[in-house]
Amino acid sequence: MIDFGYGISPSSAINLDKFDRTKFEELAREEPDVLKCMACGSCAASCPTAGHSDMNLRRVILLLGRGREDEALRMVSHCMLCGKCLIVCPRGINTRHLILSVTKIYQKK
Amino acid sequence: MNYEGKKKIWSEFQKEIPDDKYFYARSCIRQNFNPGAEQAFLDIVRNRFGKDFYEDPLHTTCGGIAYHSDTTPEETSMTIIARQFSLMNQAGYRNFVVSCVTSFGLHSEILQTWEEHPEIEEKIHELLWKACKREFTKPDFLMHSSDIMYHYRFLISEQAKYPLINVYSGEPLKVVEHIGCHYSKIFPSKSVGGAEYPRVLAGLVEALGGSVVDYPERRHCCGFGFRQYLVKANRGYSLTNTYKKFESMEPFHPDLIITNCPGCNYFLDRWQYVIAETTGKTYGDTPGYGIPVLSSEEVAALVMGYDPWDLGLQMHQVAVEPLLDKMGVQYDKSAKYKGPGGKDLGVPASPANIRIF
Amino acid sequence: MEISNQQRNIVVIGGGPAGIEASRALDAMGYTVFLVERDGRLGGHLCRWDRLFPYGTPAEDVLSQLTASMGRIKWFTATEVTQVNKLERGYNVILSNGLSVLADALLLTTGFTLFNASKKEEYGYGIYDRVITNADLEDWFSGIPVPAVDNPRRIGFVHCVGSRDEKVGNRYCSKVCCATAVKQACEIKEKFPDAVVYCFYMDLRMFGRGYEDMYLEAQKKYGVIFVRGRVSEVSEDKDGHLFVKAEDTLSGKPLRVTLDLLVLMAGMSHNRAVDPIARTLALSTMEDGFLKPKDSLTAAQASYCTGVFYAGACTGPKTLPETMAEARAAATSIHEYLQEQ
Repeated sequence: MIDFGYGISPSSAINLDKFDRTKFEELAREEPDVLKCMACGSCAASCPTAGHSDMNLRRVILLLGRGREDEALRMVSHCMLCGKCLIVCPRGINTRHLILSVTKIYQKK
Repeated sequence: MNYEGKKKIWSEFQKEIPDDKYFYARSCIRQNFNPGAEQAFLDIVRNRFGKDFYEDPLHTTCGGIAYHSDTTPEETSMTIIARQFSLMNQAGYRNFVVSCVTSFGLHSEILQTWEEHPEIEEKIHELLWKACKREFTKPDFLMHSSDIMYHYRFLISEQAKYPLINVYSGEPLKVVEHIGCHYSKIFPSKSVGGAEYPRVLAGLVEALGGSVVDYPERRHCCGFGFRQYLVKANRGYSLTNTYKKFESMEPFHPDLIITNCPGCNYFLDRWQYVIAETTGKTYGDTPGYGIPVLSSEEVAALVMGYDPWDLGLQMHQVAVEPLLDKMGVQYDKSAKYKGPGGKDLGVPASPANIRIF
Repeated sequence: MEISNQQRNIVVIGGGPAGIEASRALDAMGYTVFLVERDGRLGGHLCRWDRLFPYGTPAEDVLSQLTASMGRIKWFTATEVTQVNKLERGYNVILSNGLSVLADALLLTTGFTLFNASKKEEYGYGIYDRVITNADLEDWFSGIPVPAVDNPRRIGFVHCVGSRDEKVGNRYCSKVCCATAVKQACEIKEKFPDAVVYCFYMDLRMFGRGYEDMYLEAQKKYGVIFVRGRVSEVSEDKDGHLFVKAEDTLSGKPLRVTLDLLVLMAGMSHNRAVDPIARTLALSTMEDGFLKPKDSLTAAQASYCTGVFYAGACTGPKTLPETMAEARAAATSIHEYLQEQ
């Protein structure tokens, strides 16, 4: 093969055709409230780790629903489970419990 | 797919194309890379259809490549194009035909700018006078060469020697039509068929017996994109866009890609070489050979029985022989690399992963 | 000499919910009402709707309730207004059935036209077989066969088709499409529980009472997936499925998905049938073609033309309850006007 000094870039697009929804559905069974998120961002806005890590619960929920588990789990690893997001969530999602369920379900190999 | 639905859209994007007395402006890319395409275009219109097609040896580039790669300001292009119009006036013509899609887009853009800002046109009159003591008036009609091929598609089909039919199966050849972005995406109303379902090449392909492949990334850019390609650091974007198109068209097994833009033609052809040499992958039904990419004029000329090597089809990276065989074209395999008078031009080195004959 | 209400003629043009409701109210006040509808039956767009948001009320029930007691209203279907002439006092309205009415007041309840979704060429309505509109899907819900709805496994709804779109000349929000999309997403999920259903929206405008509950139910009970991003283009893959592009704006990434069915939420366009009347009477229109009321806050039912009144979607997109309220408000406005004459 020849190296021309440039090549085909990988696509950054979310391809829902390739998203295996099994794990997300398992999460939704265990934590039905994950479906209620309306992406308002209150959780991320008040998160104490947000300023010094990429933790963003709004994005975690979104990315899990788009098949981007690796990115989501990387974010979740910065969570300190303080529960501030739980206080501010207008949909009343038990966010701390949700994060624990995410960890439990997605870290099962 | 409802063909009638497309026809309805096409009916909203019709373009008036005059029948005779054309003034021609060449393409920088094409006359260097595929000179046979322009030669055949003029020959078909002049000698097969008996039309008056004037070409002025004093005409120049339109400056489109420089304009689109941000190296010259628009006024420069405007003045250059004003000079072409002046040459057209001098020769007594009103119908301006542009060979290159980007040039067509630039001409359209400039005419529209002058329409909306007469003061800019006024300024260009001054600049042209200062630069070369010339005056100009705008053309009555601006056409791209593919508009002309579309306009004469039934005349071409009447003279067809090898229609776009697979001689082995009797089925229409499956043709991907790729329209240069600057043909109709800038001004859909100045095109045949609009931007979403352009008609200009599809109409030609159908008239010549082929069937058009409607694949998901049909509207996508070929990847050329001037700055993407010209700057090496960006060249991967260009390649990636082309790759995306090939991946999308692959399941449809196209026999041929027809383009109306010199840049698209070049990149859809050459990037197949780069994709093959970096990933090992080739497309098309003849394993290891790729999908031939031809301009509308080359396709018309082939169909009308022009000799493929006189047409310069050996200038394309992807070998055209499998296509010629499918069309039943009679040609001399050994004449591919012979110049005028039978002079041996030498056989190019064969790439590792995309074969040539 | 005192003129009785019965001696006053009012012509109501357009027999949709606004026209029917206003006619009923005016009839109850004792006026002589002529209600003109060009279609073969009364009801307007309600005739083509199966169930109504937010509570799933059958449109047919609403219609029968509306038309149950038409009182003394002289109503004509399959009848058009062929001519309107302004007289010194009132109007002479000539109908296609040969009737000519001397009207003391005119009420325009000409409503809207469903946006012609094929104008959004990039969505391929009328070209790609699996692309349908909200109206087509309502047809299917009410039992009319729609070949595109063939046991779909992956379904998408595109909000704002022909709304919030300067390119097609409709800058406004059509108001009902978000709620309709969410309603239809839930309904289709009920029909095909295993299907994955996506809603592609720009903003979810769930402003009405009960709408937010419907949205929550769509998320939690039906698992409808909401993608914030407008579908940019649609094409067909080799098997005739739809290849859809949008941006998932919340993650900032382009998104691709293959679907079996795509439902376009065609919005409201102004009804061109009213244009000749608007021209004859020199009624003011807005740049998008809808009729312009005298004052959108304090005199929304009045026109700039004495004795001509408006109700419903002829002045812009409205929900059904808004239309009904405007119909009754128009009746009151007309009553006040006639009492002053």
